[in-house]
Amino acid sequence: MIKSFLNKLGFASARFAGGITPDMCKWTESSAIEDCPLPPLFIVPIKQHIGQACTPLVQIGDLVLRGQKIAKSEGYLSVPIHAPTSGKVIKIEEHAIPHPSGMGLTSIFIEPDGKDVRDTSLIPMDNWQAIDPAELRERVRLCGITGLGGAAFPTFIKLLKDKRNPIETVILNGVECEPFLTNDHRLMLEHSDEIMHGLQIIMHMVGAKKAIIAIEDNKSDAVNAMQQAVSSTGNDAISVASLPTRYPQGGEKQLIESLTGKQVPAGKLPMHIGVLCQNVGTVKAIDDAVMLGHAITDRIITVSGDAAPKPANMRVRLGTPMRFIYAQCGLENFDGIQILHGGPMMGERMRHPDIPVIKSSTGLLAIRDTRMKAVHQVEDPCIRCGHCSEVCPISLVPNLLADHCRNDQLEKAADYDLFDCIECGACSYVCPSHIPLVHYFRYGKGQTAQVRREQSFAEASRLRSESRDARLQREKDEKAAKRRKVRDTLRSESVLNPDNNSAPKSTTKTEGKE
Amino acid sequence: MEQLLYATLSLGAFALIAGIVLAIASKVFHIEGDPLSDKIDALLPQTQCGQCGFPGCRPYANAVAGGEADVNHCVPGGERTMLSIADLMGVEPKALEEEESVPVVAFVREDECIGCTLCIKACPVDAIIGAPKQYHTVVADHCTGCVLCLEPCPVDCIDMIQKPELLEHWSWPLPDTERAQLGAERRESHHD
Repeated sequence: MIKSFLNKLGFASARFAGGITPDMCKWTESSAIEDCPLPPLFIVPIKQHIGQACTPLVQIGDLVLRGQKIAKSEGYLSVPIHAPTSGKVIKIEEHAIPHPSGMGLTSIFIEPDGKDVRDTSLIPMDNWQAIDPAELRERVRLCGITGLGGAAFPTFIKLLKDKRNPIETVILNGVECEPFLTNDHRLMLEHSDEIMHGLQIIMHMVGAKKAIIAIEDNKSDAVNAMQQAVSSTGNDAISVASLPTRYPQGGEKQLIESLTGKQVPAGKLPMHIGVLCQNVGTVKAIDDAVMLGHAITDRIITVSGDAAPKPANMRVRLGTPMRFIYAQCGLENFDGIQILHGGPMMGERMRHPDIPVIKSSTGLLAIRDTRMKAVHQVEDPCIRCGHCSEVCPISLVPNLLADHCRNDQLEKAADYDLFDCIECGACSYVCPSHIPLVHYFRYGKGQTAQVRREQSFAEASRLRSESRDARLQREKDEKAAKRRKVRDTLRSESVLNPDNNSAPKSTTKTEGKE
Repeated sequence: MEQLLYATLSLGAFALIAGIVLAIASKVFHIEGDPLSDKIDALLPQTQCGQCGFPGCRPYANAVAGGEADVNHCVPGGERTMLSIADLMGVEPKALEEEESVPVVAFVREDECIGCTLCIKACPVDAIIGAPKQYHTVVADHCTGCVLCLEPCPVDCIDMIQKPELLEHWSWPLPDTERAQLGAERRESHHD
């Protein structure tokens, strides 16, 4: 309250709670985006977003074009999957995907024909100002666009013009607070006009009056580039904000707090406080979808780490195996090297490099074992220093939460708002006892989900069992009623024909029995 | 003597009033059914498998609530269920009688099924579909793995197969630091 009031008066710069300033290691910030060549084989998983998996639309032997829909979305929380290049479908089978479990998912294997011919069935919508937002939204869905900042949430869902939750401010997220990653930075430098154009399309779609482009101050060239792009449009509703560098400022809720001083309530979404947050890469993809009719088939990935001989920013087709991408950067032998999918703070360790990149792949890191093992090898007891609480951007109490998770006290952990944790890793980073706090939270969240799933299955089974019992009882009652009816008819017949003695006798017998 | 009389009378009057209030309250706040057995029933996995020796989850819940059965008879519920029932009943946890088993679902080998409908009648949760002289099949999403369909099948064409591990249901294991594993071990030895 006081904080937001001070912000309004301009006495205090808004900032989210906690946060850390790790060594940013942005080694690739001055390397221009290179095009990664086509690999000999694409592996396209049928799910690359948060939500339901898609159903393949192609069969083995089919010829596909770049951008052709090869798997259709199932349910609301889903977007279709497109072919990354033109070529032939050679098999459809399970293959490892970028997931911490190392488990596989049905994937479509495409052998490129080298011609890279595009599917042109989607017509460009040059006159987007005159097009209904709902139609543009359907275009964004059809082009398979998800949030490219790492979470891969289907974008069209957020682009809803809703009277109950009107969007006032669009925040363009160019913060890129994860160390090593520079893909958004390069994108803002090299494609500032497309991003600006995409932003105006989004503002038209949701009817927002204001837009803020948020960039951390370690990317001053990107700030300048975006400022130039803004002034060239002459739209004074759009402003560029340069924020002090701090992790995890790029988190949606943290960024909103930094810029507006408002917090997104627990369990609510930014749209509930009139804000829409989009990553710069996503906005570029939206611009391509609307202005060119291009479905999403590539993304920009930073390949870096101390084990990568030639770190680079690359435009990579979705479905390219990681091994092929690392090879472009001169890394071929993976002995003693850990592969991270994503940034060093929130990224996940991959077990082997024969995994394709997907829409959520922001970066590929190769870190030497010697460097990784220094942390979190031995967990010492908590010394109650309180650093974890100080840096937590959600103001949780990580050490207490970790104790509850470690001891399977799941309800207590939930009481201490385990599910508000964004798993940013700031607590694990500062812990002097090397407690893998976030790992405990992930364990606790998984166990809680498991318990909830079992409970809902048990509840469904109970209902099925009860309705079965009720049905059996009803059938029994119906049978009894039928028998009674037959008996009554027989009795009334015997009353009508008193000469016939056999029927009444049998009825009295049954009656006697009952 | 007079004091004694007053004391007796006033105490008697209080007792009478309290009695009337209690009598009314018991009528007004009367609860149908047994709330304790409802609570226990909610903790049970509802497989309706009968492995506890009672014909379903509700009868077992009633028996535990009535003090006729121990808290450790639910096999599919495993340790977690036993602990939560013991906690609810305020009794000491007891070791499980049988080993916890991996979750399974029934699977009908359709080429061998003769369509006798006996398994359909046996299924406590209506998870098997089919008609006389037609192949039957198990709706795996509804099957509780109670194995009650195995015994009535005259041609033994039903297998219990392990539930497939789903990517969406995967969850992070405990960290592999010594302290985390130590905690898990200590927890296990505590219950044994």
